[in-house]
Amino acid sequence: MAKRHASRADRIGLRAAMADRLLPFMVAAMSFLAALGLAGSIAAGALATHWLSGAQGLMTIEVPTPSQPIAANGPLRQDAILTLLQATPGLTDAHLMSKTALAVLLKPWLGAAASDGTLPIALPAVIVVHSSGKAPDAAALGVKLASVAPGTLVDSGARWAERLAALTTSLRASAAAVLLIVALVAASVVAVAVRAGLSQRREAIEIIHGLGALDSDIANQFALRAMRLAATGGLLGGLVALPVLAWLGILSASFVTNAPAGGNSLIAALPPLLWASPVIFTLATALIGWLAAQITVRGWLKRLA
Amino acid sequence: MISFSHVGLNYRRAGSGVANAVALDDVDFEIPEGGFRWLTGPSGAGKTSLLKLMYLAITPSSGRIDLLDTDTSRLDRRGTALLRRRIGVVYQDFRLLRHLTAYDNVALPLRLARRKEVQVRADVSELLRWVGLAGRLDHRPEELSGGEQQRVAIARAVIARPSLLLADEPTGNLDDDQAERLMHLIRSLNRLGTTVIVATHNQGLVARHPAPVLELHDGRLTRHG
Repeated sequence: MAKRHASRADRIGLRAAMADRLLPFMVAAMSFLAALGLAGSIAAGALATHWLSGAQGLMTIEVPTPSQPIAANGPLRQDAILTLLQATPGLTDAHLMSKTALAVLLKPWLGAAASDGTLPIALPAVIVVHSSGKAPDAAALGVKLASVAPGTLVDSGARWAERLAALTTSLRASAAAVLLIVALVAASVVAVAVRAGLSQRREAIEIIHGLGALDSDIANQFALRAMRLAATGGLLGGLVALPVLAWLGILSASFVTNAPAGGNSLIAALPPLLWASPVIFTLATALIGWLAAQITVRGWLKRLA
Repeated sequence: MISFSHVGLNYRRAGSGVANAVALDDVDFEIPEGGFRWLTGPSGAGKTSLLKLMYLAITPSSGRIDLLDTDTSRLDRRGTALLRRRIGVVYQDFRLLRHLTAYDNVALPLRLARRKEVQVRADVSELLRWVGLAGRLDHRPEELSGGEQQRVAIARAVIARPSLLLADEPTGNLDDDQAERLMHLIRSLNRLGTTVIVATHNQGLVARHPAPVLELHDGRLTRHG
């Protein structure tokens, strides 16, 4: 019975030693999970950036007894503060929150009394201030405003922004940990497949070694095979993950943009990095497959001789 | 040159009362480059152990071995592999790769040496034709008879024109005609400068091809010359 000769690329006939049925699918599953992890990291970053841009540029000023003049024949306290804010460099907008809006805001705590004028005390005026770029120093601004209308309080979004930044860092670190774990699991899967191939061809490898094969000759045969199988799995997992990620992207669009959920196109739903994920995962899994096979084979050969 | 200087080899015997079994004891000889030696002795005398030391499958327990002017004790893994490429071995049990054809088995040493495939094809086809296997290139070992497998093993050992050829009972499965053809091939290589050591029980073969003899008994060299 005639057989095909070993191919030029498979010069020592070892590449077929690795089983090729299961490995790509297991690596594909790992790639799919990694794609979800990567998407989570990107989404957390986008969400945090969106929220931070709002929080960092916003301050609220509370002016107690706003309808009293700051001095005899002087302007009302709230007007004096508003005038001062509008003249402060770096503040793009300063406007008085309407009594209706304030009543809506306080309704959960004060009920109908917030709007029907039955409260025994006067509510403070609330001035909403937007800044361009970095907000002015809230403490310094507070001192300046209090000198005009004593008791005026400045509440900046800085503390809120710090908490958001910490949350974002945590989410990104978690996503990175997930990616690392997935990569290690993928490497382990490759290593197990390589070890099975080595055991299956132990006698052949001993003979080839005896004929003068370098460790690299043998390791490269397994590594090339593992690289191809892992890359196939990486590509498969990345492609399968794309529609899922696009769907999640469409659902989450309203959280990071002003578009309504489901209103974005498929193309716009994903950031460019995720569109490139099949290519990235193909390359990454190829590298993981190559390295895992090289390390496994070389270690095995050292124990053999 | 091949040089054994006071070489000893002990095998550990697990589970037996004996700590070590002496396979070779104070073996001392030299073979000049291009020399030919028969290696004889009764079964268990240490012939295969001596050959294993020469093809670097094992290391000695004591003494020093120089192969092809290289002190084997100083070789790292890469150096060992590269020296092995200069040594052709005909194993008693053939040691062919079962998943490869006769052609690919014989081509292995050339492919390890990164020879061009065109040259590999020409050399392998020619040699397999010479050993009478022109029609069996694409057969795997399991499809070949014992004699055919032995000829494939021989072809693989000599295809790269090794500097040292070691053969362990190379004519064991061959008929007289084939054995003579093999000896003709080995002698031809020897005349071209290959150092040859052939282990055999076949005293008739030794008588027909006179050459110095290394004779082992109980791991000791009892005759050299």
